Amino acid sequence: MKFKDVFEETYLALAVNKARSGLTVLGIVIGIASVIAMISVGAGAQGSIEASIQSIGSNLLLVYPSFARGVGEQVRGGFGSATTLTVDDANAIASQVQNIAAVAPQVTTNAQVIYQGQNTNAQVIGTTPNYTQVRNVQIAEGNFVSDTDVQSYNMVAVLGPTVVSNIFATGTDPLGATIRIKNYNFRVIGVAASQGGTGFGSADNAIYIPLSVAQHFFTGNSSVSTVNVEVASAQDMTQAQSDITNLLLQRHNIADPTHADFQVLNQASIIQTASAVTGTFTTLLGSIAGISLLVGGIGIMNMMLTTVTERTREIGLRKAIGAKRKDISTQFLMEAVMLTGIGGILGVALGYLISLLITSLSGTATAVSFESVVLAFGVSAVIGIVFGYYPSRRAAGLNPIEALRYE
Amino acid sequence: MIECRNIKKTYGEGGDASTQALKGVTFSVKDGEFVAIMGPSGSGKSTLMHIIGALDTPTSGEYLIDGKNIASFTDDELADIRREKIGFVFQAFNLLPRATVLRNVMLPLLYDGVPEEERKSRAKKALKAAGLDEEHFGHLSNQLSGGQMQRVAIARALVNNPAIILADEPTGNLDTVTGEIVLDTFQRLNEEQGRTIVLITHEPDIAEHAERIIHVKDGLIVKDGKEHVRRRVHHK
Repeated sequence: MKFKDVFEETYLALAVNKARSGLTVLGIVIGIASVIAMISVGAGAQGSIEASIQSIGSNLLLVYPSFARGVGEQVRGGFGSATTLTVDDANAIASQVQNIAAVAPQVTTNAQVIYQGQNTNAQVIGTTPNYTQVRNVQIAEGNFVSDTDVQSYNMVAVLGPTVVSNIFATGTDPLGATIRIKNYNFRVIGVAASQGGTGFGSADNAIYIPLSVAQHFFTGNSSVSTVNVEVASAQDMTQAQSDITNLLLQRHNIADPTHADFQVLNQASIIQTASAVTGTFTTLLGSIAGISLLVGGIGIMNMMLTTVTERTREIGLRKAIGAKRKDISTQFLMEAVMLTGIGGILGVALGYLISLLITSLSGTATAVSFESVVLAFGVSAVIGIVFGYYPSRRAAGLNPIEALRYE
Repeated sequence: MIECRNIKKTYGEGGDASTQALKGVTFSVKDGEFVAIMGPSGSGKSTLMHIIGALDTPTSGEYLIDGKNIASFTDDELADIRREKIGFVFQAFNLLPRATVLRNVMLPLLYDGVPEEERKSRAKKALKAAGLDEEHFGHLSNQLSGGQMQRVAIARALVNNPAIILADEPTGNLDTVTGEIVLDTFQRLNEEQGRTIVLITHEPDIAEHAERIIHVKDGLIVKDGKEHVRRRVHHK
């Protein structure tokens, strides 16, 4: 039998039972579509998290204070509770470690911000001019905090775009305005450009003030909450990370590295961790959707078994007029594969539509990858073959005499 | 031509449970003959039909079709024999419902790998030979009357130019008048085209349309002869 003839026979057989074929295909469509849509959500999340980590700067090392621990005590404070990381540490890193492009210490607090009766909560970041370079902050209007501002304790603030839109009426120029942060008046000297990204707390909802001001008025001590370090090139990251660790251990007089009161995080490893998390998330979503694909496959098998039983006499006749086992099994296998094939095509289309819909309705980024389409299609073909195999074998194995007698 | 030599068929595995449906049957049918195999139910005629039709193999004995002994053929080899040498006409027609008349008749050629155009022309020729009007060719088979359906089935049996046409109670599902029309079709094919036809029936009236009647009873041939006056269907 020629392939074209098999194809035609298959089409005609499926067309006879349009409703049943349609419903069986629907099972596969739902399965494939949910796999595609779920994987696209996962992949989209992965992409946007990676992008937001990238947006905070490149070749970045973050030095955080670690757990506060008294000498000989086993009780740890919370993460970041140590107050031992200082501006001097930051300066030491800048001057003593090789291949460092820039260092920007920062103090971070959350505070209420008020302007003419409008108020919002924002992240207040006390830092130095280097911050723009290290953390990739672009200034849209005015200027960033300058060295003079830091040295002279100038009460000036640079606003993130979200803060501006939250407290200023549309069209108002924030430059030069006086805002209140925790009951202190600040003059707005600049507005930062949007960095986008939703992960790690939006950088757009931040207010930048001089480091000295933040330490003096908000935290009341000379410690810093993060030292941002930009390494000259990606190859130097690991070396710089261990150099910084050694330098700080030495400066803090800690002999045992496991008792370090700080932590150096590598941006590359943060991305790796985030990728691993979203990868797991994607796999989980895909697996749940995969179950519906499996159910769809069982639907195919169910329909094929019913079909074989219903068409027993037809099978008997086909055998009587000269069809071999292979002709019969090919025909029924082809029917199953065609059902899953149609389901696969429609499912990919529907899955793509769903992912577009998710993006437009919820704003969650989605990405339908070529791989997921190939995967879904391959899986549907395999399902067709696997779940069609047993019924087609059963059909091919029928005895023509008994099949012809079947009522 | 077909030849049966001492064909025996036993069902079941030895012992008391086994039944011997054929106890040694020997006969032959020459090309161009119109033979009826007649016997009551349980006589073994169905078993004989299955063996003649290459649907089953005998337990012992030889069955030659065009000189080839197919008694020990495998399922797929038997399928080849059926495709090339045998045309079946069944009591229940066994047409594909919701498929056109033409497609039903083309079906055996599908398994022969005949190109579509040739399938169509041969199917049309067979339908004309079976006496079906051209206006019905495009109809769905389940829209036809019983007599028309059986003529479609006859055309399907003719289309691969078989060595024999095997008709199993072809009038069983038809009333007397349409039954006569179908039997007339067989007679015409036998006389005008020289087709070899083997008709299996339990009704003497039907069997008498053949030139020769083989009587089967209890798994044996009890009478094989031509000494009857062949009944004729009167043409208009």
